[in-house]
Amino acid sequence: MARQVVAAAREIEPGGRKLVEVAGRAIVVFNLAGEFFALANRCPHKAGELCKGKISGFISSPEPGVYEISHEGEVIRCPWHGWEFHIRTGKSWCDPRTMNARAFEVKVEKGAQLVEGPYVAETFPVLVEDDYLVIEL
Amino acid sequence: MTTDVLRPSLDPASNRLCVIDCDVHPKDSIEDMKPYLAKRWIDYLATYGVRSRHGFQNGFLYPKSQPQAARRDAWPPDGGLPASNLKFMQEQLLDFYDIEYGVLNFLSPTGQGAQNSDLSVAMAYASNEAHRDRWTGPDKRLKASIVVPYEDGEASAKEIVRLAGMPDYAQVQLLSRMSELAGKKRYWPIYEAASELGLPVGIHVFGYSGWASTNSGWASYYIEEMAEHCTSCQALLTSLIVEGVFEQFPKLKIVLIEAGFAWLPALGFRLDKLWKTLRSEVPHLKRAPSEYIRDHVYVTTQPMEETEKPEHLLQIMEWIGWDKILFATDYPHWDFDDPRYTLPPTLSRERRRQILSENARQLYGFA
Repeated sequence: MARQVVAAAREIEPGGRKLVEVAGRAIVVFNLAGEFFALANRCPHKAGELCKGKISGFISSPEPGVYEISHEGEVIRCPWHGWEFHIRTGKSWCDPRTMNARAFEVKVEKGAQLVEGPYVAETFPVLVEDDYLVIEL
Repeated sequence: MTTDVLRPSLDPASNRLCVIDCDVHPKDSIEDMKPYLAKRWIDYLATYGVRSRHGFQNGFLYPKSQPQAARRDAWPPDGGLPASNLKFMQEQLLDFYDIEYGVLNFLSPTGQGAQNSDLSVAMAYASNEAHRDRWTGPDKRLKASIVVPYEDGEASAKEIVRLAGMPDYAQVQLLSRMSELAGKKRYWPIYEAASELGLPVGIHVFGYSGWASTNSGWASYYIEEMAEHCTSCQALLTSLIVEGVFEQFPKLKIVLIEAGFAWLPALGFRLDKLWKTLRSEVPHLKRAPSEYIRDHVYVTTQPMEETEKPEHLLQIMEWIGWDKILFATDYPHWDFDDPRYTLPPTLSRERRRQILSENARQLYGFA
């Protein structure tokens, strides 16, 4: 099992994203208004890199001529074929039964906890007073 | 000492995913062509520009789903347009996928379909010259399609004769949306020159015909334009068959590029049924229409249909012929197909090899 500090929480702005690597896996971490979510960087359709996609919402239409946008800022579209995935869950809009981006849990932990615990961030110093994003595989 | 002659080679090189990509779209600019344009045309372009066969000066018929219809990760770091920079194309496509050969198809600016026929001829010439400088000269993996001013059949034939035999060129390039159906006699000099000189004719979808893309006018959505290639390519292929082009030029090979292919067997069924009753209308056809399709028509994979049941796709491919299907990525466009993940996983190793490289190697005569 790998448990890794992947970023300082303040490094990723709301609406922003960061590509990280955990145990050899490319993972993209998103900040949705202060909440953090992570998806495998590989689109399950044809393997486009999701971190290079555009963030949008889901547009839907309850009847012709009426449009609704939901989940604004919570949808990543693959930079290749444009498949839409809900960042919170990894589920695709068109085929949520079989075509989903793998989602990983992101924990926000205090620097103080990390310094005391058995886990060490290898790539940057951990400050006691800051928050950090941790992904466990 | 014994030697196990049956043991497969463990040389990793033998497991290379050999890929010949039959649809790559490099981007040139008018600047790139200028060294090969007479001053008359440089001045003309600066003053009047290119007048395509459609109702507006700039832009696409339908807005694309992504800027420049490109993968969002295909914009080169120098700030240029997608696929305008050879080094970045090498990194992202040719080296990344270890592509043996890439067949280049040029969408614009090439002068193809320009309303000013003399300008079309001059631009096609300049395009073809620039392609050796920019693409096929610097990277020997790249093979260009010959851009021809297709609305002028005789001038096109001259351009084909001028360039055939040079190792830089793999085929002749037409677009699917020409001012008349592809089988009409005005285009026959193109087929004659290409087939005599052993060059396939690649017909890539898109272009500006000046006609609405359906026979009931303009569709509302880009998704309709994308699906319409199936119907318009059925019409142009039917025209090639029933006008007798394949009877007249028995060595002619047509490559339908980016048109999908699931519709092709259905067209064959329909034409064959009709031919049995209407044969006397087109007595110059010596064989059932589907036989011409099978003998003369190649298709590229991208954008391959994704059938609900995988076996349906295999049945379609079987009908078309395992030796007639050519792999293509469509780089740098948004509907790019990744050679690692595109073909049905159940294909045998031999079929996969045919589609990924061997069929194109045979067709284009690549070493």
